[in-house]
Amino acid sequence: MSAGLLVRLHQDAPIPLAATFACAPGEMLALVGPSGSGKSTILRTIAGLYRPRNGAVSVEGDVWFESEAGVWLPAHRRRAGLVFQSYALFPHLTALDNVTAALGHLPRGERRARAGQLLELVHLAGLEGRRPAELSGGQQQRVAVARALGREPKVLLLDEPFSAVDKATRQKLYRELAAMRQRLSMPVVLVTHDLDEALMLADRLSLLHHGRTLQDGPPLQVIERPATLEAARLVGQRNLFDATVLEHQAPPGFTLLRWCGRVLEAERNPLYPVGASVSWMIPSSHLVLHRRDRPSRGEHENPVPGIITECLPLGESTSCALTVDGGADLSLAFSVPSHVAARNRLAPGERATVSLLASGIHLMPPDDTCPPVG
Amino acid sequence: MDWTALRLSLQLGSFTVLLLLPVGIWAGRRLAYRDFRGKGVVEALVALPLVLPPTVFGYYLLVGFGAASPIGQVWHSLFGRPLVFTFEGLLVASVIFNLPFAIQPMQRGFEAIPREVREAAACCGMSPWQALRRIELPLAWPGILTAMVLGFAHTLGEFGIVLMVGGSIPGETRTIAIAIYDRVQAFDDLAAAQMSALLLAISLVTIALTYGLSRRVGRRLG
Repeated sequence: MSAGLLVRLHQDAPIPLAATFACAPGEMLALVGPSGSGKSTILRTIAGLYRPRNGAVSVEGDVWFESEAGVWLPAHRRRAGLVFQSYALFPHLTALDNVTAALGHLPRGERRARAGQLLELVHLAGLEGRRPAELSGGQQQRVAVARALGREPKVLLLDEPFSAVDKATRQKLYRELAAMRQRLSMPVVLVTHDLDEALMLADRLSLLHHGRTLQDGPPLQVIERPATLEAARLVGQRNLFDATVLEHQAPPGFTLLRWCGRVLEAERNPLYPVGASVSWMIPSSHLVLHRRDRPSRGEHENPVPGIITECLPLGESTSCALTVDGGADLSLAFSVPSHVAARNRLAPGERATVSLLASGIHLMPPDDTCPPVG
Repeated sequence: MDWTALRLSLQLGSFTVLLLLPVGIWAGRRLAYRDFRGKGVVEALVALPLVLPPTVFGYYLLVGFGAASPIGQVWHSLFGRPLVFTFEGLLVASVIFNLPFAIQPMQRGFEAIPREVREAAACCGMSPWQALRRIELPLAWPGILTAMVLGFAHTLGEFGIVLMVGGSIPGETRTIAIAIYDRVQAFDDLAAAQMSALLLAISLVTIALTYGLSRRVGRRLG
């Protein structure tokens, strides 16, 4: 039996599920996917609120669910702390009583003192007597967190806990959660559709689509090194292209690709044989715009000239698209600080050149075939 | 003023409400939370007493509870008394015809509790029984109170079914509504007026009580 949380779920209907993941004690795992990807269903399964046909859920060796053995512990017998998206506070109870409600495992005399400590932990000292309707969204979320922790849960489950508060409050709650995490020793599972949130808070990211685990790994790796085209699209990568492998140089050299009539230097990846068709992507952060007045760092790496076809100022940054010379419908998306766009007179119809940094070029199997195993 | 009839009516109303409380909570909660095959049929059957003419309903109860019926015979062998034309028979009939008045407001009351709030109770470690006592009943309280008041007031005023199933036996089945009719038949206008005024007053008080209390509960929950 392994420590931490182990989840393995499988069913075809009514909600398709094919998810397998683990979460170590003290680790925060983000379940990320678009709406309807089954991430909330998976969280509800861990909490005991949804029972899929096949699978198993165990925490620190305690089996909560195992379809083969017919094991199913109801929610109230699982030590799982769940923070609901809507917080689901008890509207007729004060903040203190909401937390006390989760302390049934403690002797009666100790409950109120413990609830007070928990409210202090989430910075709500002084608001113990307020009912949920008298608290702001951020304060309600904190009560929900305190209540979830009150059970001394073996696993903490957070279901889009930041979606119902304004941006300023959200930033504050991120910092509070990050600080609190250092004191938490149980596995934490965060459901979110926000990749930035996962990147900021989570140690690991599990990417879900239609109930299926597509990829599991450190957040930055999943986002910048997706295993498949499908995963790349889900994490919002826009620069996705096809190419042919030309050559693998001797280490520490490059893998050379033929793309759009030119040769690209990419990070060495001998898993794909010479002559193979591959898909490749580059995060827009690895595209460097050449300045008009003087050369900048990295200009010698994969320079690609073209015509600016889109230039949309979005506040502090400007989103641009460059149609590549010789590739009628090949377009590179990147974004630059708005002042850089202005200084370089970026506008639709203007010529520009960008460099594709070799370290950002990531190879994937063509179309949606399985990735090669390294 | 027929004090015996008034006492009998109050007794009938109280016992009816006491019996309806667990039945209504059980059925209302089930209808509110669960989807099952034939739920629509069950809901329609529960609502049937609302549209069925009381005399028709009373007639079927009379036939169903009569000494010749299986139910009447079982009852007689158990308690040594017939079911029709007795207080017990009246009570059973009263519980049945009050089912929609009890179940529907309670169902609405339980439906108003968000599913996540019920789930949160389970995630807090509360057993279903603890969740019912500490979370669901306090939140569904306005619906439950409305159901009880409606059931009580409705029992005081029911006429057709009471007459069919119970007849008009003083101290046994003659309720205040029957007594009013009886006094009017006997040209005792004063007694009829007094009893009617009393029923009117009781109705006004119960309605005021329900509205006032449910508004206070609503404000408390914000």
